[in-house]
Amino acid sequence: MIDVVMLTVVGVLMALAIGLVVKYFGAKADPLAEKLGELMPGANCGGCGFAGCGDYANAMATGKAKPGNCPSMSDDTLKKICELLGVQAEKGEPKVAVVCCSGDDHHTTRVAFYNGVNDCLNAMMVAGGAKGCTYGCLGLGSCARACPFGAIEILPTHVAKVHPDLCKGCGKCVSVCPRKVIKLVPRAAAAVNVYCNSPEKAPVKKKVCSGGCIGCRKCMKAAGENQILINGFLASVNYENPPAESVTEVCPMKCLRKAD
Amino acid sequence: MITQIRFYGGIHPSEGKVSNKEDIINAPLQELYTVPLQQHIGAPAKMVVQKGDHVLRGQLLGEPGGFVSAAVHSPTSGTVKDVTTCLGPAGATLPAVVIESDGEDKAADPLPPFENWQDADPAALKARVGEAGIVGMGGATFPTFVKLSPPPNVKIDTIILDGVECEPCLTADHRLMLETPEKIVKGAQIIGRILGVKRIIIAIELNKPDAIETMTKAAEGTGVEVAPLVVRYPQGAEKQLIYALTGRKVPSGGLPAAVGCVVSNVGTTAAIYEAVCLGKPLYERVTTVTGTPVVKPGNYRFRVGTLYRTALELCGGVSEDPAKIISGGPMMGMAVYSLDIPVMKGTSGILLLSRDELVQYSPSACLRCGRCNDVCPMSMMPGILSAQIEHQKFELAEKWHVMDCIECGSCAYICPAGRPLVQHMRRAKAVVNAKKRAAAAAAAAAAKK
Repeated sequence: MIDVVMLTVVGVLMALAIGLVVKYFGAKADPLAEKLGELMPGANCGGCGFAGCGDYANAMATGKAKPGNCPSMSDDTLKKICELLGVQAEKGEPKVAVVCCSGDDHHTTRVAFYNGVNDCLNAMMVAGGAKGCTYGCLGLGSCARACPFGAIEILPTHVAKVHPDLCKGCGKCVSVCPRKVIKLVPRAAAAVNVYCNSPEKAPVKKKVCSGGCIGCRKCMKAAGENQILINGFLASVNYENPPAESVTEVCPMKCLRKAD
Repeated sequence: MITQIRFYGGIHPSEGKVSNKEDIINAPLQELYTVPLQQHIGAPAKMVVQKGDHVLRGQLLGEPGGFVSAAVHSPTSGTVKDVTTCLGPAGATLPAVVIESDGEDKAADPLPPFENWQDADPAALKARVGEAGIVGMGGATFPTFVKLSPPPNVKIDTIILDGVECEPCLTADHRLMLETPEKIVKGAQIIGRILGVKRIIIAIELNKPDAIETMTKAAEGTGVEVAPLVVRYPQGAEKQLIYALTGRKVPSGGLPAAVGCVVSNVGTTAAIYEAVCLGKPLYERVTTVTGTPVVKPGNYRFRVGTLYRTALELCGGVSEDPAKIISGGPMMGMAVYSLDIPVMKGTSGILLLSRDELVQYSPSACLRCGRCNDVCPMSMMPGILSAQIEHQKFELAEKWHVMDCIECGSCAYICPAGRPLVQHMRRAKAVVNAKKRAAAAAAAAAAKK
């Protein structure tokens, strides 16, 4: 019995001691930054350009950053934060990640058997990966592991797929993809995308992938002026002036597709 | 007499040097050569020919694209059939020039031989090494011209010739030492003249007694020493070799020049002799083609640009379908999936493994046995580093000196859990290097503003 009483007494004394130390010697945190920190989404995705949510909250409290850079913040939260800071709300253009590759197992060739470390950069450093195309998605899921929102899925056919409803456009996947296949594009204009990343000539591309852009320019002719840009043998959507969805019907390779 | 100091760590894998009795065979002239413009570390060479041009053997195809870069020369006479890209052993696509041979193999003589290199200006000799496009032929392909240009505040006092060939299965350097010892000795003296150094050591491991004997005989009366070394992998790595011979430790992140040494492979040294005394640019090299599936394993002098496919045909083809093709040796070579890769200045070997020899590991968790710490010649802790890297803690790994890794593969060789340790290190090195490059670019952009 005595031991329980002793422990309880010691516990209470300790708690008091800690409380007093915190009260009189504790570091003074900026109350504004603390309030902001509580409102932050807490995903620590780094999409704002700071090390994490706390860092961004501190920067906003000290006036070094403006609210609205956070890609994963809801409009309500943004409003609250703006009220706290007493500034006008200015939300950045919402973005979404797009995996610009059609090279799943049905389309691209497989040239080697890779059984090394399950990471895209690792695979790329061993003879350029196991897939025939050296520009496409390696399908080992470095992006999926890096995504703080679980928005990227590696399909069973070994290609990454972004779920746009989950994607907040923070760009973490873009920074880890060794092939730079993932692009961050304006969400409002991302209805139609070119799912190919290879700048190679059409015959080279066709040898390794049956779903790559061959640069035939049919889409450019079908779309309005300056809606589709052709760079060498690779078409790309002009996201400032996006084409209508119907343009996807002309693509013979089916690599100009509606966002899935 | 030089006493060998045992460097920390290292292993002794089975040697497998089956082709060490095979004479070097000059490969016959091919119809097509695919010559990559980047066969070295650094900037790719700038092409100076055009499609349809007629070129001669030894004519310049690409001039150095920067200070750390090397010239590329035509392997034979013929026409430039195409300017295209080809696959490199690391999987990258390299810019390349396809030369269609005219069968005459007529030589251009852009580089007049030095009659009297003993009295020649060291700067002129060094410039010749650059003009001839010589790079480190042990495999690292670092431009030799840059290696021979140490910073002015550094005093070089020892030149070490690397005839160790510690990599299993490869015998190219061994045969070169047996067949052309005088070229190597003279090449070494030329390096000595360029750097103004008297002390030259040729390091050879004791598993090549015939090479030690031949080189000792060739070096008699020249002041060049031959140092026989007890076999240990990776003794051919320059940092380990310098320590074994001189007891000097190259500081972390430093170059051999920091401790007054320059290490040159024997193949490179022979190429320097040929460039200076024969006026021949580097367009061919000795490569070992070996492995169980190869019908006639041997040592071949291939022109740069010979495809692996052709190389294998010259060795009598394969007796069975190889399960793995490795460019280089078994410890540090790179697995490739295609035979349409050209032999380059750094291709020391082509190794084929049969299905029985190829062991497929499935890596398990680290057992914390510490054997990797025992064998790491750089005294790193590969097991702990690999765990850090698996959890993407690259900054921590950098603090733990991951950049010192020489990728010798001793840790992965010894690991009982079959962990791909070297692959982890390579990834961390790539990430850290990319970060450094990005920081440098950002700093440059800020300075511009």
